Amino acid sequence: MTLSLTNPKFRARLWQGLLVVVLLVCLWLLVANLQKNLAARGVELGFGFLSGPAGFDIAERLIAYSAESSYWMAYAVGILNTLRVAILGVLIATGLGLFVAIGALSINPLVAWLCRTYVEVLRNVPLLLQLFFWYLSLAALLPENDAPLTLLPGVFLSKGGLSFPWWVDGLWEVPELGPFGMVGGAAISPEFLALLGGLSIYTSAFIAEVIRAGILSVPKGQSEAAKALGFSGWQQLRLIILPQAMRVIVPPMTNQYLNLTKNSSLAVAIGYPELVSVATTTLNQTGHAVEAISLLMLVYLTLSLLTSWLMARFERASRLKERT
Amino acid sequence: MFKKTLVGLAAAAALSVAAGPAMAGKTLDSVKQKGVLSCGVNAGLGGFGIADSAGKWTGFDVDFCRAVAAAALGDANKVRYVPLNAAQRFTALQSGEIDLLSRNTTWTMSRDSQLGLSFGATTFYDGQGFLVPTKLKLKSAKQLKGATVCVQSGTTTEKNLADYFRSQKMSYKPVVYEDLKALIAAYAEGRCQVFTSDASQLAAIRANDMKNPADHVILPEIISKEPLGPAVRRGDEDWAKLVSWVHFAMLEAEEFGVTSKNVDKMKSDANPGIQRLLGQGNNDFGKAVGVDAAWAARVIQQVGNYGEVFERNVGKNTPLKLNRGQNALWTQGGLQYAPPIR
Repeated sequence: MTLSLTNPKFRARLWQGLLVVVLLVCLWLLVANLQKNLAARGVELGFGFLSGPAGFDIAERLIAYSAESSYWMAYAVGILNTLRVAILGVLIATGLGLFVAIGALSINPLVAWLCRTYVEVLRNVPLLLQLFFWYLSLAALLPENDAPLTLLPGVFLSKGGLSFPWWVDGLWEVPELGPFGMVGGAAISPEFLALLGGLSIYTSAFIAEVIRAGILSVPKGQSEAAKALGFSGWQQLRLIILPQAMRVIVPPMTNQYLNLTKNSSLAVAIGYPELVSVATTTLNQTGHAVEAISLLMLVYLTLSLLTSWLMARFERASRLKERT
Repeated sequence: MFKKTLVGLAAAAALSVAAGPAMAGKTLDSVKQKGVLSCGVNAGLGGFGIADSAGKWTGFDVDFCRAVAAAALGDANKVRYVPLNAAQRFTALQSGEIDLLSRNTTWTMSRDSQLGLSFGATTFYDGQGFLVPTKLKLKSAKQLKGATVCVQSGTTTEKNLADYFRSQKMSYKPVVYEDLKALIAAYAEGRCQVFTSDASQLAAIRANDMKNPADHVILPEIISKEPLGPAVRRGDEDWAKLVSWVHFAMLEAEEFGVTSKNVDKMKSDANPGIQRLLGQGNNDFGKAVGVDAAWAARVIQQVGNYGEVFERNVGKNTPLKLNRGQNALWTQGGLQYAPPIR
């Protein structure tokens, strides 16, 4: 490439290079300004604060944690709680969405109408309001702590959540009624139930539309040919229609999965201790707002990229193998 | 065309980064220039910081904002109230969105040293307590083993709760919310059996937010020290001093018996302490902190002395019905003690 301004390629590269330099300089200036302002307040930019003792307890945790554990451990507990909700939510939403999508395409007018109404109502009400609705209804309807409902022997439902027998420190414990409610065993809190239920149901409405679009994208000839060959309705769907519909379904489905993961951050409004809740507590207690939020964004970015990558692999595997 | 876009982009970027100098330094100058004091307050805590249906803010912390505005700007009404929750309050102050944080904030060492803030005066001595339903028939906090406790996230309350239960070797289940209203609703529904917060907040919530105040009782144990006071940004000592001395002036006024009703009459009082407080004669203690001689007189006339502010917002005739207790003057057995203005 001739290094001369008359060469259009060189000119293009020159301008692009200059733009990159300008953007980098701006970024550097912004960071320097941030550091200068923070130094004037006596606050340092750095992640060292994360090894200090957290000082707060987290009620629901999948790993051992106490108030003396470090902030890193608190973040780990938060990430695991988010993953718990995200993975279960994705599974339930997909199942529910498939069910509703098939129902919306049914020839039975009542079923079709019900499914369409389900989708329209749930898509158009903001998620936060739906979460509040589920949480407050659950809190109001669940039986009092001193009078729990026995669903099965050893499984109880109360305002403290769904208590069931589980291993605690190596011993099998059955929940019993204590002075403040059920003690012993394990429990699924109403916060988790409300969050999982609300998120799954909300996302399932969007997923139902995605799946319905996918099914409708398959040429009608395919289902006609399948019927002519004697496939039943369910077999048609499972063996012929859905595999071909996957091409159209997978990219928007990835969107919905990412949305569900990020929407779980609304849990802070209903008291579920997931990652955003832990991060805002940390930022409030240590004052290191920039670092805490950067870490939070980094974690969500990683989770989202991981989900996208997994779905991309799935998409490549489900692509139509055309003859070249 | 691309060249024009590039030049425009570069110019915009350069302007945006050039326009952001540090805010540390002359907060008082910027307040005077703006003509209004930006004050961070509680979004809705009865007795301390709450707006009524017409948007008028009242409360103990709100009155302190008004006092500082009266001293710095001459008019107690020149305040812009910024409602903040527990997670936003420090960032708002650090970033310069507000000039003064008057939001029932506890003075702790980590907040005083690590957050880039500065505390100077304790306007309200408080402590953390527990609110429980009367029907549980609890007599003491030591009976709370295994209870579900509702607490607000990111507050000293959360940490003190963990410390207390650990030191008493009791287990408990915390339910943590960001929003105070959601917290109160969860406690009222019975999701948790215990609500923990500063005792003054508990009194406010019991009086204002519970269906029947008699169904709830505050347990006798006070498990922590919560010295509540205003906070300012670090790096501007003049502003910090002004804010602290506004509080001390209000205490001195109560000590001398100067109220909002008799300020004018007291201006001709012979007591040299009162003369210095009200800026009479040759006394001008305001100049060194950037205000004029009548700064304290304005504060007392437009807002009142400490006792008046206390009684108006959280005293016997309000729904909170709080005693002066630790907040009485040192001459009456309390902790409120002001250095002399002289």
